Amino acid sequence: MNIEYIAGIIKAVTIPVMALNSIPLLVWMERRGSAFIQNRHGPNRANIGPITLFGLLHPFADAIKCVFKEPFRPTKAHPIFYPLAPALVVVPALLTLAVVPLADHIFLMGAEIPMSVAELEYGIVYMFAVSSISVLGITLAGWASNNKFSLMGGLRSTAQMISYELSLGLSIFGALLVYGSLNPNEIARLQGETFFGVIPAWGVLMQPLGFLLFLIAAFAEANRNPFDLPEGESELVAGYHTEYGGMKFSMFMMGEYVAMVTLSALTVTLFFGGWQVPWVTTEALQATVGQPLRVLCQFLAFAGKTLFFCWLFIWVRWTLPRFRYDQLMRLGWKVILPLSIVNVFVTALVLLGLGWMKGTL
Amino acid sequence: MSMDFKEQVYVVEIVKGLMITIRNLLRNMMNMRGMPTISYPEIMKAVAHRYRGRHRLTQKEDGMLKCTACMLCATACPAKCIQIEAKEGADGEAEKYPSLYNIDMLECVYCGLCVEACPCDAIRMDTGIHPPPADSREKFIYRIEDLTTYPEIKNPRDPV
Repeated sequence: MNIEYIAGIIKAVTIPVMALNSIPLLVWMERRGSAFIQNRHGPNRANIGPITLFGLLHPFADAIKCVFKEPFRPTKAHPIFYPLAPALVVVPALLTLAVVPLADHIFLMGAEIPMSVAELEYGIVYMFAVSSISVLGITLAGWASNNKFSLMGGLRSTAQMISYELSLGLSIFGALLVYGSLNPNEIARLQGETFFGVIPAWGVLMQPLGFLLFLIAAFAEANRNPFDLPEGESELVAGYHTEYGGMKFSMFMMGEYVAMVTLSALTVTLFFGGWQVPWVTTEALQATVGQPLRVLCQFLAFAGKTLFFCWLFIWVRWTLPRFRYDQLMRLGWKVILPLSIVNVFVTALVLLGLGWMKGTL
Repeated sequence: MSMDFKEQVYVVEIVKGLMITIRNLLRNMMNMRGMPTISYPEIMKAVAHRYRGRHRLTQKEDGMLKCTACMLCATACPAKCIQIEAKEGADGEAEKYPSLYNIDMLECVYCGLCVEACPCDAIRMDTGIHPPPADSREKFIYRIEDLTTYPEIKNPRDPV
């Protein structure tokens, strides 16, 4: 059997499992982190005998509880769409991770194997196409629950995610113009150079405004504070997942956290050098420590950066209050969208000028 | 409310806010014990020295109650929750003593006037115990046996 098929199967199993395993970690980070920010201890009681692992067992206890709960459906909820909606939130978030490169290509038994489930030439387009599906899940959840609060949450999220999806796409347009590629691995590799030999040439330095706009739009896409209006508990009970309980509810939570991981991975790939270990190129690293350690180093660099952005999501949630709905719409349409267009325009002009100077145009 | 341009851009203000929260987080991570939250069952807050807890009836060295059933506490009680029945001492010379001394904890307002009224230091409220819940009205009526025995309090006590 071809080594590439075997590697493909292994990657297709490992990467989603890794993403799912990051959920308990993120839940723990969120709960303990928020506790420390608010001068509390946070959950630290769940234990197996004397082992508490600083509260890390709480997510597992929660998971066990949710699995053993009764799969309940309100009488008037839609029999097919009601259980379908949570799946529509989780699956796209997991699918999106398929094109994120965890390290540079490895060479194994004469074959060059990319370290993502599928290396697509138009990976970024695929990412945006698939991640947009999750808004359908949220809208469907709101509608199928047959509850006015859920419906309002679902409608809010539709309006919000459509508004910010535009900005999300446009804000990386500038970065894509700079890289001249839509292949995530290629984009990560292009960020391995340095400016003046000291500063890593990460996308954030070439596209600071693009990064900022992308980050804001990403928060809105992930339905995280300060843009978590779809679930706004002060006015909508719990928004689109009011009627959900047990495992279906935890699937919405999983979807939220996987979306955080995905968007963090995307941010890192586009603006923070992806798997690049700062100042060290793949070739130099491989020559020094050998292939397995090189892959490990790059993976750890990638994981560390991604974890930082996951933490940023959590950190911001416990710092900022929620936007009002009109403020959200004003910010999306009147500030972020025009600024992204300006960013694309200016980037294009600068690139045109540079190409002209170099005589390539 | 007017904001200058720097505040309207938000970004600087958001970073300032983030710095405040991360400072809190790091301070609490470095110094977990310094947090104001008390991990209740393991660590208990000290009971104030003058805390008026559950009553107890004090005893003489021979185990008899110090109470002489003078009814001053029952008279002073604004809630009328103390019920005393007196009995003559043995051979008519020893002091009177209460054959029945009931405090209805559902009526008691923990004012401490009974303690102040007592001339014999026979009733005190120094156990430091918050009266435990019970599932019937009868169990809230504490008799002499309940008032002379009380569980050891786990909370530390403030020094006098």
